[in-house]
Amino acid sequence: MRKSKNILPGFGPSLGYTVTYISLVLLIPLAMVFLKTFTMSWESFWKTVTDPRVLASYRLSFTASFAGAALNGIFGLLLAWVLVRYRFPGQKIIDALLDLPFAMPTAVAGISLTTLYSANGWFGQHLERIGIKVAYTPLGIVVALTFIGLPFVVRTIQPVLQDLDKEYEEAAASLGASRWQTFSRVIFPALVPSWLTGFTLAFARALGEYGSVVFISGNMPMRTEIAPLLIRTKLEQFDYTGATAIALVMMIISFILLLIINLLQSWNRRRLAQP
Amino acid sequence: MQDIKRLQKHPKAECILSEPVWFQWVLIGVAVGFVIIFLIAPLLMVFGQALAKGWGAYWEAIREPDSFKAIQLTLLTAAISVPLNLIFGVVAAWLIAKFDFWGKNFLLTLIDLPFAISPIISGLIFVLLFGMQGLLGPWLSQYNIKIVFAVPGIILATVFVTFPFVARELIPVMQSLGSEEEEAALVLGANGWQTFFKVTLPNIKWGLLYGVILCNARAMGEFGAVSVVSGHIRGQTNTIPLQVEILYNEYNFTAAFAVASLLAFLALVTLIVKHVVEWKSGRHLSGTLH
Repeated sequence: MRKSKNILPGFGPSLGYTVTYISLVLLIPLAMVFLKTFTMSWESFWKTVTDPRVLASYRLSFTASFAGAALNGIFGLLLAWVLVRYRFPGQKIIDALLDLPFAMPTAVAGISLTTLYSANGWFGQHLERIGIKVAYTPLGIVVALTFIGLPFVVRTIQPVLQDLDKEYEEAAASLGASRWQTFSRVIFPALVPSWLTGFTLAFARALGEYGSVVFISGNMPMRTEIAPLLIRTKLEQFDYTGATAIALVMMIISFILLLIINLLQSWNRRRLAQP
Repeated sequence: MQDIKRLQKHPKAECILSEPVWFQWVLIGVAVGFVIIFLIAPLLMVFGQALAKGWGAYWEAIREPDSFKAIQLTLLTAAISVPLNLIFGVVAAWLIAKFDFWGKNFLLTLIDLPFAISPIISGLIFVLLFGMQGLLGPWLSQYNIKIVFAVPGIILATVFVTFPFVARELIPVMQSLGSEEEEAALVLGANGWQTFFKVTLPNIKWGLLYGVILCNARAMGEFGAVSVVSGHIRGQTNTIPLQVEILYNEYNFTAAFAVASLLAFLALVTLIVKHVVEWKSGRHLSGTLH
């Protein structure tokens, strides 16, 4: 196999080009975050990243991202199920529309969601009447993060559900399992790796999200200020080191999430490879 | 096997092997409701607000000089960043799909990295590199070169954010195709370029098209990274999404949504292209299997 691959030309040039391009566009700029942080003393770094306002922004980013990813976990599973197992009018259009959050610019989604949920918007006016405020509250952030994370869970579960052998369900049913037992003990366990992958992808995407959130959140320090926005605010105050310190913490969290996603995906592949 | 056949013929089989029909419709209803609230309503809102004051006001908002400049800058940014990442994507996909080498998985992770990084951080790194307090800033200002808070910074940040798209689409396509056809072409005497343009390119064209369309949509719509490196000078360093932000914050909602509707339209075109590509490449792939 290896030998036959070697007759293809271009290994040297394409390796050289790829590595050079990645270094110039990605690695050198990213290294700046580390370089800049190293100019800080440990004490001032620690003081910056544990400042109450910074901690409040992490907490908000984490809880809102988790809530958004959890909503997508529930509805993404439901959507994947409905799209794979049932037939209904408009199905193709719904399936195609699910990629909209990938294609729609975040700023456009942001102003649109804010208008929908503001006091006189289509949804906002009805929610206001029953005492629920969405725009300019943490709830609004959850709505925006649900929107941008929506495709991840559906799109990771869909192919797995499609390939799931129906024989196991039939076996469970013939052994006397109820439909709910078949789902919770046979189908769902097979979907868990991809479900968790989708959840983590949506969560990771939500943590770094900026464009769709800034419009709907109201951006009040300590209350509705997410971590990426705080980096932005520090930059505007020319506090470059402060901004970089928060960025470094967020980048480390992102790398850990990336690692978890890779592990989940290899778990998923092993699961699928089993007979 | 006999048992299962009998089970499927059993009048209650529908109930045992699937959910009751009424329950199916409840699930479909909830799922569709979720899609209407979270996807369809925001999409309709954009076009509804854009046209709230009629087509006249819509055209007026788009032809307004600052908005028109923003459209031009966005087109320029995409015209530079998309070809750069297209070439990179094709070369990287060739490298990863056709060869085995040490560190391949690490390279794949690196290509994915911009997906994992907050857009704000993607902008911040260029301020740290080229800003006045940055590494190269003082040296650049000696020669009067301005990169951040100017157009070059916008282009650099866009290149950074969009660089995985083409590679990510092409790698799985090229991996699934294997190398037999290329090897045959080489054995028959074609040179490397002929092999690529006459054998590989026709096989990957649909994946390539979708990668480019996706890359382009993101390049034109990027907001976070660009907003950090842009100087926010009206008519000079504003792209379409930044112009949308300014108009919106000035409570000029109709104009904001009118300009935003251009990007929403682009998003819809992207979805349609994806659909067509899936249909075409699905047919194409099943064709090569025979």
